[in-house]
Amino acid sequence: MSAARPNTVRVHPLVVRSTHWINVVAIFIMVASGWRIYNASPLFAFTFPKDWTLGGWLAGALQWHFAAMWLLVASGLVYVTYGIASGHFRRKLLPITPAAVWRDITAALRGKLAHDDLRVYNAAQRAAYLSAILIAIVLVLSGLVLWKPVQFSTLGLFMGDYEGARYVHFFAMAALILFVIVHVVMVLLVPRTLPTMFTGRARVPPAAEGG
Amino acid sequence: MTKRLSGMQGSLKGHSRPQIEKIERRLFLRQGLSLGALALLSGCSVTDAEALQKVLWTMSRWNDRVQAWIFDSDRLAPEFPESAITMPFPFNAYYRMDKVPAVDAASYKLELGGLVREKRSWTLPELYALKPQVSQVTRHICVEGWSAIGKWSGVRFSDFLKRVGADLTAKYVGFRCADKYYTSIDMPTALHSQTLLAFRFADQILPAPFGFPMKLRMPTKLGFKNPKHIVAIFVTNEYPGGYWEDQGYNWFSGS
Repeated sequence: MSAARPNTVRVHPLVVRSTHWINVVAIFIMVASGWRIYNASPLFAFTFPKDWTLGGWLAGALQWHFAAMWLLVASGLVYVTYGIASGHFRRKLLPITPAAVWRDITAALRGKLAHDDLRVYNAAQRAAYLSAILIAIVLVLSGLVLWKPVQFSTLGLFMGDYEGARYVHFFAMAALILFVIVHVVMVLLVPRTLPTMFTGRARVPPAAEGG
Repeated sequence: MTKRLSGMQGSLKGHSRPQIEKIERRLFLRQGLSLGALALLSGCSVTDAEALQKVLWTMSRWNDRVQAWIFDSDRLAPEFPESAITMPFPFNAYYRMDKVPAVDAASYKLELGGLVREKRSWTLPELYALKPQVSQVTRHICVEGWSAIGKWSGVRFSDFLKRVGADLTAKYVGFRCADKYYTSIDMPTALHSQTLLAFRFADQILPAPFGFPMKLRMPTKLGFKNPKHIVAIFVTNEYPGGYWEDQGYNWFSGS
Protein backbone atom coordinates (compact mmCIF):
# COMPACT_ATOMS: atom_id res chain seq x y z
CA MET A 1 0.00 0.00 0.00
CA SER A 2 2.66 2.50 1.02
CA ALA A 3 4.82 1.29 -1.84
CA ALA A 4 2.12 2.39 -4.27
CA ARG A 5 1.96 5.83 -2.67
CA PRO A 6 5.48 6.63 -1.60
CA ASN A 7 4.69 10.27 -0.83
CA THR A 8 2.08 9.60 1.81
CA VAL A 9 2.28 8.59 5.44
CA ARG A 10 -0.29 7.02 7.76
CA VAL A 11 -1.76 9.67 10.06
CA HIS A 12 -4.94 8.21 11.55
CA PRO A 13 -5.54 4.49 12.09
CA LEU A 14 -8.83 3.01 10.89
CA VAL A 15 -10.21 2.66 14.46
CA VAL A 16 -9.69 6.37 15.12
CA ARG A 17 -11.28 7.40 11.80
CA SER A 18 -14.35 5.17 12.09
CA THR A 19 -15.04 5.99 15.75
CA HIS A 20 -14.52 9.68 14.94
CA TRP A 21 -17.28 9.70 12.33
CA ILE A 22 -19.61 7.50 14.38
CA ASN A 23 -19.10 9.97 17.23
CA VAL A 24 -19.98 12.86 14.93
CA VAL A 25 -23.35 11.24 14.16
CA ALA A 26 -23.95 10.18 17.78
CA ILE A 27 -23.04 13.59 19.25
CA PHE A 28 -25.20 15.36 16.66
CA ILE A 29 -28.20 13.24 17.70
CA MET A 30 -27.43 13.54 21.42
CA VAL A 31 -27.07 17.32 21.31
CA ALA A 32 -30.08 18.01 19.07
CA SER A 33 -32.38 15.70 21.04
CA GLY A 34 -30.84 16.91 24.32
CA TRP A 35 -31.83 20.47 23.45
CA ARG A 36 -35.43 19.36 22.99
CA ILE A 37 -35.33 17.61 26.37
CA TYR A 38 -33.83 20.76 27.91
CA ASN A 39 -36.69 22.81 26.46
CA ALA A 40 -39.27 20.72 28.37
CA SER A 41 -37.93 22.13 31.64
CA PRO A 42 -35.29 24.83 30.99
CA LEU A 43 -32.55 25.38 33.57
CA PHE A 44 -31.98 28.94 32.41
CA ALA A 45 -34.04 31.79 30.99
CA PHE A 46 -33.77 30.53 27.42
CA THR A 47 -34.82 27.61 25.27
CA PHE A 48 -33.26 26.26 22.11
CA PRO A 49 -34.96 27.13 18.82
CA LYS A 50 -37.24 24.24 17.98
CA ASP A 51 -35.87 23.93 14.45
CA TRP A 52 -32.46 23.13 15.90
CA THR A 53 -33.81 20.25 17.93
CA LEU A 54 -34.58 16.63 17.19
CA GLY A 55 -37.57 14.55 18.19
CA GLY A 56 -40.48 16.97 17.69
CA TRP A 57 -41.79 16.59 21.23
CA LEU A 58 -40.38 15.36 24.51
CA ALA A 59 -41.10 11.65 24.03
CA GLY A 60 -39.57 11.69 20.54
CA ALA A 61 -36.47 13.51 21.77
CA LEU A 62 -36.09 11.04 24.66
CA GLN A 63 -36.37 8.13 22.22
CA TRP A 64 -33.58 9.59 20.08
CA HIS A 65 -31.45 10.43 23.11
CA PHE A 66 -31.72 7.00 24.72
CA ALA A 67 -31.12 5.24 21.39
CA ALA A 68 -28.09 7.29 20.33
CA MET A 69 -26.52 6.99 23.79
CA TRP A 70 -25.69 3.37 22.96
CA LEU A 71 -23.98 4.45 19.76
CA LEU A 72 -21.95 7.08 21.63
CA VAL A 73 -20.99 4.78 24.49
CA ALA A 74 -20.10 1.85 22.20
CA SER A 75 -18.01 4.04 19.91
CA GLY A 76 -16.44 5.86 22.84
CA LEU A 77 -15.51 2.61 24.57
CA VAL A 78 -13.87 1.26 21.39
CA TYR A 79 -11.96 4.53 20.93
CA VAL A 80 -10.76 4.86 24.54
CA THR A 81 -9.88 1.16 24.86
CA TYR A 82 -7.92 1.31 21.61
CA GLY A 83 -6.30 4.60 22.62
CA ILE A 84 -5.04 3.20 25.90
CA ALA A 85 -4.23 -0.37 24.83
CA SER A 86 -2.40 0.50 21.60
CA GLY A 87 -0.43 3.37 23.10
CA HIS A 88 -2.15 5.76 20.68
CA PHE A 89 -3.04 8.22 23.47
CA ARG A 90 0.46 8.03 24.97
CA ARG A 91 2.16 8.60 21.60
CA LYS A 92 -0.17 11.28 20.25
CA LEU A 93 -1.50 13.16 23.30
CA LEU A 94 1.45 12.97 25.71
CA PRO A 95 3.57 14.57 26.98
CA ILE A 96 1.63 17.72 27.66
CA THR A 97 2.63 20.64 29.90
CA PRO A 98 0.61 23.74 30.78
CA ALA A 99 3.46 25.95 29.54
CA ALA A 100 3.49 24.27 26.13
CA VAL A 101 -0.32 24.47 25.89
CA TRP A 102 -0.24 28.18 26.73
CA ARG A 103 2.58 28.81 24.21
CA ASP A 104 0.73 27.00 21.41
CA ILE A 105 -2.66 28.58 22.14
CA THR A 106 -1.21 32.10 22.09
CA ALA A 107 0.70 31.21 18.91
CA ALA A 108 -2.52 29.92 17.37
CA LEU A 109 -4.35 33.14 18.27
CA ARG A 110 -1.59 35.14 16.54
CA GLY A 111 -1.98 32.85 13.52
CA LYS A 112 1.54 31.53 13.97
CA LEU A 113 0.91 27.95 14.99
CA ALA A 114 2.15 25.44 12.45
CA HIS A 115 0.64 21.98 11.92
CA ASP A 116 2.89 20.82 9.07
CA ASP A 117 3.35 17.22 10.06
CA LEU A 118 -0.18 15.90 10.53
CA ARG A 119 1.19 12.92 12.45
CA VAL A 120 2.27 15.12 15.35
CA TYR A 121 -0.21 17.10 17.43
CA ASN A 122 0.93 20.42 18.91
CA ALA A 123 0.27 21.09 22.58
CA ALA A 124 -2.92 23.06 21.91
CA GLN A 125 -4.32 20.10 19.97
CA ARG A 126 -3.27 17.65 22.65
CA ALA A 127 -5.03 19.75 25.28
CA ALA A 128 -8.15 20.07 23.11
CA TYR A 129 -8.42 16.36 22.32
CA LEU A 130 -7.73 15.31 25.91
CA SER A 131 -10.37 17.80 27.07
CA ALA A 132 -12.89 16.43 24.57
CA ILE A 133 -12.33 12.90 25.90
CA LEU A 134 -12.72 14.06 29.51
CA ILE A 135 -15.82 16.12 28.66
CA ALA A 136 -17.39 13.11 26.95
CA ILE A 137 -16.70 11.01 30.05
CA VAL A 138 -18.32 13.68 32.27
CA LEU A 139 -21.31 13.77 29.88
CA VAL A 140 -21.76 10.01 30.08
CA LEU A 141 -21.39 9.89 33.88
CA SER A 142 -23.75 12.82 34.54
CA GLY A 143 -26.12 11.32 31.96
CA LEU A 144 -26.13 8.06 33.92
CA VAL A 145 -27.08 9.98 37.09
CA LEU A 146 -29.93 11.74 35.24
CA TRP A 147 -31.16 8.53 33.65
CA LYS A 148 -30.91 6.44 36.85
CA PRO A 149 -30.65 8.80 39.84
CA VAL A 150 -31.53 6.03 42.29
CA GLN A 151 -29.48 3.17 40.84
CA PHE A 152 -26.45 5.46 40.39
CA SER A 153 -27.07 7.58 43.49
CA THR A 154 -23.50 6.99 44.72
CA LEU A 155 -22.14 8.47 41.51
CA GLY A 156 -24.64 11.31 41.97
CA LEU A 157 -23.02 12.28 45.27
CA PHE A 158 -20.05 13.60 43.28
CA MET A 159 -22.18 16.01 41.28
CA GLY A 160 -24.74 17.34 43.73
CA ASP A 161 -27.40 14.64 43.37
CA TYR A 162 -30.00 14.71 40.60
CA GLU A 163 -30.42 18.48 40.39
CA GLY A 164 -26.64 19.06 40.41
CA ALA A 165 -26.19 16.48 37.65
CA ARG A 166 -28.56 18.48 35.43
CA TYR A 167 -26.15 21.42 35.58
CA VAL A 168 -23.07 19.22 35.15
CA HIS A 169 -24.68 17.62 32.09
CA PHE A 170 -25.63 21.01 30.65
CA PHE A 171 -22.21 22.64 31.11
CA ALA A 172 -20.39 19.57 29.82
CA MET A 173 -22.61 19.78 26.72
CA ALA A 174 -21.72 23.48 26.36
CA ALA A 175 -18.01 22.66 26.71
CA LEU A 176 -18.31 19.96 24.07
CA ILE A 177 -20.04 22.37 21.67
CA LEU A 178 -17.20 24.86 22.27
CA PHE A 179 -14.69 22.13 21.43
CA VAL A 180 -16.58 21.22 18.25
CA ILE A 181 -16.68 24.88 17.14
CA VAL A 182 -12.94 25.39 17.71
CA HIS A 183 -12.21 22.01 16.12
CA VAL A 184 -14.21 22.80 12.97
CA VAL A 185 -12.71 26.30 12.69
CA MET A 186 -9.24 24.77 12.88
CA VAL A 187 -10.13 22.25 10.17
CA LEU A 188 -11.31 25.15 7.99
CA LEU A 189 -7.99 26.94 8.62
CA VAL A 190 -5.96 23.81 7.80
CA PRO A 191 -8.27 22.12 5.25
CA ARG A 192 -5.84 19.36 4.27
CA THR A 193 -6.55 17.73 7.66
CA LEU A 194 -10.08 16.89 6.53
CA PRO A 195 -9.42 14.29 3.78
CA THR A 196 -6.91 12.71 6.15
CA MET A 197 -9.75 11.90 8.56
CA PHE A 198 -11.33 9.82 5.77
CA THR A 199 -8.30 8.24 4.07
CA GLY A 200 -6.05 8.08 7.09
CA ARG A 201 -3.12 9.21 4.97
CA ALA A 202 -1.40 12.53 4.32
CA ARG A 203 1.39 13.75 2.12
CA VAL A 204 4.82 13.45 3.59
CA PRO A 205 5.52 16.82 5.23
CA PRO A 206 8.13 18.97 3.41
CA ALA A 207 10.71 18.59 6.14
CA ALA A 208 10.46 14.83 6.23
CA GLU A 209 10.41 14.46 2.44
CA GLY A 210 14.01 15.56 1.97
CA GLY A 211 15.30 13.07 4.47
CA MET B 1 -59.82 7.77 20.12
CA THR B 2 -61.48 11.17 20.22
CA LYS B 3 -61.29 10.97 23.97
CA ARG B 4 -57.59 10.26 23.88
CA LEU B 5 -56.71 12.97 21.43
CA SER B 6 -58.61 15.54 23.42
CA GLY B 7 -56.81 14.33 26.50
CA MET B 8 -53.44 14.91 24.92
CA GLN B 9 -53.47 18.61 25.51
CA GLY B 10 -51.41 20.16 28.22
CA SER B 11 -48.02 19.16 29.44
CA LEU B 12 -47.19 16.48 31.94
CA LYS B 13 -46.55 19.24 34.39
CA GLY B 14 -50.08 20.47 33.85
CA HIS B 15 -49.11 24.01 33.02
CA SER B 16 -51.22 25.21 30.17
CA ARG B 17 -49.35 24.89 26.95
CA PRO B 18 -50.59 26.22 23.64
CA GLN B 19 -52.92 24.04 21.63
CA ILE B 20 -50.13 23.69 19.13
CA GLU B 21 -48.55 21.03 21.38
CA LYS B 22 -51.53 18.80 20.72
CA ILE B 23 -51.23 19.12 16.98
CA GLU B 24 -47.51 18.73 17.32
CA ARG B 25 -47.93 15.26 18.75
CA ARG B 26 -50.18 14.14 15.95
CA LEU B 27 -47.55 15.34 13.51
CA PHE B 28 -44.94 13.36 15.39
CA LEU B 29 -43.66 11.57 12.30
CA ARG B 30 -43.50 14.50 9.96
CA GLN B 31 -42.32 17.21 12.31
CA GLY B 32 -40.55 15.06 14.78
CA LEU B 33 -38.22 13.64 12.27
CA SER B 34 -37.71 16.76 10.19
CA LEU B 35 -34.23 17.53 11.44
CA GLY B 36 -33.23 13.90 11.63
CA ALA B 37 -34.62 13.24 8.22
CA LEU B 38 -32.80 16.20 6.72
CA ALA B 39 -29.51 15.45 8.34
CA LEU B 40 -29.45 11.70 8.37
CA LEU B 41 -31.59 10.55 5.50
CA SER B 42 -31.31 13.55 3.20
CA GLY B 43 -34.85 13.73 1.88
CA CYS B 44 -36.33 10.60 3.30
CA SER B 45 -39.71 9.24 2.32
CA VAL B 46 -42.54 8.56 4.73
CA THR B 47 -41.62 4.86 4.65
CA ASP B 48 -38.11 5.67 5.82
CA ALA B 49 -39.54 7.81 8.60
CA GLU B 50 -41.75 4.92 9.69
CA ALA B 51 -38.82 2.54 9.58
CA LEU B 52 -36.81 4.96 11.68
CA GLN B 53 -39.74 5.25 14.09
CA LYS B 54 -39.73 1.48 14.41
CA VAL B 55 -36.02 1.47 15.22
CA LEU B 56 -36.58 4.06 17.96
CA TRP B 57 -39.45 2.05 19.48
CA THR B 58 -37.31 -1.11 19.35
CA MET B 59 -34.52 0.73 21.15
CA SER B 60 -37.04 1.88 23.76
CA ARG B 61 -38.11 -1.74 24.36
CA TRP B 62 -34.41 -2.68 24.59
CA ASN B 63 -33.98 0.08 27.17
CA ASP B 64 -36.90 -1.42 29.16
CA ARG B 65 -34.94 -4.67 29.40
CA VAL B 66 -31.68 -2.93 30.32
CA GLN B 67 -33.42 -0.94 33.06
CA ALA B 68 -35.08 -4.08 34.46
CA TRP B 69 -31.61 -5.61 34.58
CA ILE B 70 -30.05 -2.52 36.25
CA PHE B 71 -32.90 -2.25 38.79
CA ASP B 72 -31.71 -3.34 42.21
CA SER B 73 -34.60 -4.31 44.52
CA ASP B 74 -32.49 -3.55 47.59
CA ARG B 75 -31.30 -0.13 46.50
CA LEU B 76 -33.30 2.60 48.20
CA ALA B 77 -34.09 6.02 46.77
CA PRO B 78 -32.50 8.75 48.90
CA GLU B 79 -34.77 10.04 51.69
CA PHE B 80 -34.68 13.64 52.85
CA PRO B 81 -35.42 15.59 56.03
CA GLU B 82 -38.85 17.24 56.12
CA SER B 83 -37.09 20.62 55.87
CA ALA B 84 -36.15 19.70 52.28
CA ILE B 85 -39.80 19.36 51.16
CA THR B 86 -40.64 21.50 48.13
CA MET B 87 -43.31 24.13 48.84
CA PRO B 88 -45.58 24.54 47.06
CA PHE B 89 -45.43 21.11 45.49
CA PRO B 90 -46.10 21.33 41.73
CA PHE B 91 -49.33 19.91 40.36
CA ASN B 92 -48.89 17.66 37.36
CA ALA B 93 -51.26 15.71 35.16
CA TYR B 94 -52.17 15.47 31.49
CA TYR B 95 -54.91 18.05 32.12
CA ARG B 96 -55.22 21.35 33.92
CA MET B 97 -55.97 21.62 37.62
CA ASP B 98 -59.65 22.52 37.01
CA LYS B 99 -60.15 19.09 35.41
CA VAL B 100 -59.06 17.13 38.47
CA PRO B 101 -61.65 14.38 39.06
CA ALA B 102 -63.88 14.67 42.13
CA VAL B 103 -63.86 11.20 43.68
CA ASP B 104 -66.64 10.58 46.21
CA ALA B 105 -65.10 9.11 49.36
CA ALA B 106 -68.31 7.43 50.55
CA SER B 107 -69.03 5.49 47.37
CA TYR B 108 -65.40 4.87 46.44
CA LYS B 109 -64.39 1.27 45.80
CA LEU B 110 -61.02 -0.08 44.75
CA GLU B 111 -61.50 -2.96 42.31
CA LEU B 112 -58.98 -5.79 42.04
CA GLY B 113 -58.56 -7.99 39.02
CA GLY B 114 -56.35 -10.41 37.12
CA LEU B 115 -54.04 -12.82 38.89
CA VAL B 116 -55.31 -12.01 42.38
CA ARG B 117 -56.84 -14.57 44.79
CA GLU B 118 -59.17 -12.21 46.69
CA LYS B 119 -60.94 -10.13 44.08
CA ARG B 120 -63.35 -8.37 46.44
CA SER B 121 -63.31 -4.59 46.24
CA TRP B 122 -62.01 -2.33 49.02
CA THR B 123 -63.68 0.71 50.60
CA LEU B 124 -61.71 3.70 51.82
CA PRO B 125 -62.14 2.97 55.57
CA GLU B 126 -60.85 -0.56 54.94
CA LEU B 127 -57.83 0.80 53.07
CA TYR B 128 -57.11 3.41 55.74
CA ALA B 129 -57.21 0.66 58.38
CA LEU B 130 -54.41 -1.32 56.71
CA LYS B 131 -51.29 -1.80 58.85
CA PRO B 132 -48.46 -0.93 59.02
CA GLN B 133 -48.62 2.62 57.68
CA VAL B 134 -45.27 4.09 56.68
CA SER B 135 -44.02 7.49 55.47
CA GLN B 136 -41.32 8.64 53.11
CA VAL B 137 -39.79 11.98 52.08
CA THR B 138 -38.45 11.37 48.60
CA ARG B 139 -37.69 13.12 45.35
CA HIS B 140 -40.31 13.05 42.63
CA ILE B 141 -38.56 13.36 39.25
CA CYS B 142 -40.62 14.38 36.24
CA VAL B 143 -39.82 13.06 32.77
CA GLU B 144 -39.57 16.73 31.78
CA GLY B 145 -36.49 17.12 33.97
CA TRP B 146 -37.67 19.06 37.01
CA SER B 147 -37.88 17.46 40.43
CA ALA B 148 -39.59 18.18 43.75
CA ILE B 149 -39.36 16.62 47.20
CA GLY B 150 -42.56 15.55 48.95
CA LYS B 151 -43.83 13.44 51.80
CA TRP B 152 -46.16 10.50 51.19
CA SER B 153 -47.68 8.05 53.65
CA GLY B 154 -49.55 4.81 53.20
CA VAL B 155 -49.02 1.06 53.15
CA ARG B 156 -46.25 -0.78 51.37
CA PHE B 157 -47.68 -1.96 48.08
CA SER B 158 -45.88 -5.30 48.55
CA ASP B 159 -47.81 -5.83 51.83
CA PHE B 160 -51.08 -5.08 50.05
CA LEU B 161 -50.30 -7.40 47.12
CA LYS B 162 -49.43 -10.23 49.53
CA ARG B 163 -52.54 -9.56 51.58
CA VAL B 164 -54.86 -9.93 48.58
CA GLY B 165 -53.02 -12.98 47.31
CA ALA B 166 -51.61 -11.49 44.14
CA ASP B 167 -49.46 -13.73 41.95
CA LEU B 168 -46.08 -12.20 42.77
CA THR B 169 -44.44 -14.10 39.92
CA ALA B 170 -46.57 -12.28 37.34
CA LYS B 171 -44.87 -9.74 35.10
CA TYR B 172 -47.02 -6.64 35.43
CA VAL B 173 -49.28 -4.69 37.72
CA GLY B 174 -51.72 -2.42 35.88
CA PHE B 175 -53.68 0.59 37.13
CA ARG B 176 -56.87 2.31 36.01
CA CYS B 177 -57.65 5.74 37.38
CA ALA B 178 -60.69 7.95 37.92
CA ASP B 179 -59.26 10.52 35.49
CA LYS B 180 -59.07 7.90 32.66
CA TYR B 181 -55.32 7.71 33.16
CA TYR B 182 -53.83 4.25 33.04
CA THR B 183 -50.35 2.84 33.45
CA SER B 184 -48.50 -0.33 34.42
CA ILE B 185 -45.32 -1.34 36.18
CA ASP B 186 -43.00 -4.31 36.50
CA MET B 187 -43.44 -6.68 39.47
CA PRO B 188 -39.95 -6.07 40.98
CA THR B 189 -40.76 -2.34 41.29
CA ALA B 190 -44.23 -3.15 42.67
CA LEU B 191 -42.54 -5.17 45.42
CA HIS B 192 -39.84 -2.57 46.20
CA SER B 193 -39.92 -1.56 49.88
CA GLN B 194 -40.40 2.15 49.00
CA THR B 195 -43.33 1.54 46.68
CA LEU B 196 -46.33 2.81 48.66
CA LEU B 197 -50.05 2.74 48.21
CA ALA B 198 -50.19 6.34 49.43
CA PHE B 199 -53.27 7.84 51.13
CA ARG B 200 -51.62 10.94 52.54
CA PHE B 201 -49.51 13.75 51.21
CA ALA B 202 -47.68 16.08 53.63
CA ASP B 203 -49.53 14.37 56.52
CA GLN B 204 -52.96 15.34 55.09
CA ILE B 205 -55.49 13.11 53.39
CA LEU B 206 -54.28 13.14 49.77
CA PRO B 207 -55.68 16.38 48.29
CA ALA B 208 -57.61 15.98 45.02
CA PRO B 209 -54.88 17.49 42.79
CA PHE B 210 -52.36 15.05 44.23
CA GLY B 211 -54.49 11.99 43.62
CA PHE B 212 -57.35 11.54 46.13
CA PRO B 213 -58.07 8.97 47.36
CA MET B 214 -54.85 7.18 46.57
CA LYS B 215 -51.74 7.27 44.50
CA LEU B 216 -49.05 4.68 43.93
CA ARG B 217 -45.87 6.38 45.07
CA MET B 218 -42.66 4.97 43.59
CA PRO B 219 -39.47 6.97 44.17
CA THR B 220 -37.73 4.51 41.84
CA LYS B 221 -39.76 5.62 38.83
CA LEU B 222 -40.38 8.88 36.97
CA GLY B 223 -43.39 10.93 38.05
CA PHE B 224 -45.76 9.93 35.25
CA LYS B 225 -45.41 6.28 36.25
CA ASN B 226 -47.01 7.11 39.65
CA PRO B 227 -50.77 6.79 39.01
CA LYS B 228 -53.22 8.98 40.96
CA HIS B 229 -56.94 8.50 41.69
CA ILE B 230 -56.52 4.72 41.35
CA VAL B 231 -59.84 2.86 41.01
CA ALA B 232 -58.64 -0.53 39.76
CA ILE B 233 -55.50 -2.61 40.17
CA PHE B 234 -54.86 -5.76 38.18
CA VAL B 235 -52.04 -8.28 38.00
CA THR B 236 -51.24 -9.74 34.60
CA ASN B 237 -48.66 -11.30 32.31
CA GLU B 238 -50.00 -9.39 29.28
CA TYR B 239 -48.29 -6.05 28.68
CA PRO B 240 -50.90 -3.42 29.67
CA GLY B 241 -49.13 -0.29 28.32
CA GLY B 242 -50.04 3.14 29.61
CA TYR B 243 -51.45 6.54 28.69
CA TRP B 244 -48.10 8.22 28.00
CA GLU B 245 -46.26 4.98 27.29
CA ASP B 246 -48.54 4.23 24.33
CA GLN B 247 -47.60 7.61 22.88
CA GLY B 248 -43.87 7.08 23.02
CA TYR B 249 -42.63 7.58 26.56
CA ASN B 250 -40.39 4.78 27.73
CA TRP B 251 -42.40 2.13 29.60
CA PHE B 252 -39.95 1.18 32.36
CA SER B 253 -38.91 4.79 33.10
CA GLY B 254 -37.07 3.77 36.25
CA SER B 255 -34.95 6.11 38.31
